[in-house]
Amino acid sequence: MHEFFAESATVGVVISFLAYYVGTLINKRFKLAILNPMLIAIILVIVFLLVFDIDYDTYNSSARYLSYLMTPATVSLAIPMYQKLELLKKEPAAIFFGILSGVLTSLVSILLLSILFGLSHEQYVTLLPKSITTAIGMGVSEEMGGMPVITTASIIITGIFGNIAADTLWKLFHISDPIAKGISIGTAAHAFGTAKALEIGETEGAMSSLSIVVSGLCTVVLANIFAGLY
Amino acid sequence: MKYIKQFTIILSVTCVGEIFKYLIDLPVPGSIYGLILMLLMLMTGAVKLEDVKEAADFLVEIMPLMFIPAAAGLLDSYSMLREMLLPLMIIIPLTTCLVMFVSGKVTELVLKISRSGEEKDA
Repeated sequence: MHEFFAESATVGVVISFLAYYVGTLINKRFKLAILNPMLIAIILVIVFLLVFDIDYDTYNSSARYLSYLMTPATVSLAIPMYQKLELLKKEPAAIFFGILSGVLTSLVSILLLSILFGLSHEQYVTLLPKSITTAIGMGVSEEMGGMPVITTASIIITGIFGNIAADTLWKLFHISDPIAKGISIGTAAHAFGTAKALEIGETEGAMSSLSIVVSGLCTVVLANIFAGLY
Repeated sequence: MKYIKQFTIILSVTCVGEIFKYLIDLPVPGSIYGLILMLLMLMTGAVKLEDVKEAADFLVEIMPLMFIPAAAGLLDSYSMLREMLLPLMIIIPLTTCLVMFVSGKVTELVLKISRSGEEKDA
């Protein structure tokens, strides 16, 4: 079985698709935020690998073909953005300040909590880019002397958390405007959050897509300043 | 033919984004350059919406699936995460909630100001 797993070009992809499909079925049946299809899929894949004692690398030797699609899919986010271009042009101040305030909140709160927990400088800069998209975050972490593997893990955990908690948090904080919903989830939880935003509505999806780009670029600039603070 | 044309355009723009990444020494991935380039091309009319729409919709719809292999990789980085696990389990949810609260509220506040300005104008 291990040999088949290592040689097959589809098995990892099939397992990922099946796990996600099962996740959507469970989510439809129970309608609970915590039974999020993405979370169920990730847990199912991990459990499958542990039960059948399959190395992550063996699974990933075919599953990585799915990851390859990430780059053209991110480029394709330009399409939902373009379809809401009028809205982007109409409210540039709200969008810009919304995203910038989120980026600053992220950096300041990580700084304060790192001091509180007595983290090392290396651990602090590892966490600084945790709210932005993986490919940018890894680069920022590496450049500042952080640990890119832990940065990637933190970014993924942030994304999963944001994706699951978004509905509850919007209700709790009384955030109801579609623009504000999209900006908040895109700035807090990058592409994982954007996947959620696209499910809810076109405006939310477009705003969240834009937030990935703007918050990512703002963090590239600001993280360097914050890295010198602790 | 439709899909051949659409995927050709999307993948070409992606590839140009990767060339940008190769040439520019910044921690910005090719996908971000590609996204900006695609948006500019749509805005200028160099690419028409109907020339990319279905293929782009397809890629965007299956995007959540693309996160699964990377997320399952948490299994492998767990040993490295262990020493930081407690602070991570507090810092990540807390900061994520704070960012959503501040960015959502600031957006709504500025929207309210700009919309009330519009009403006065009208």
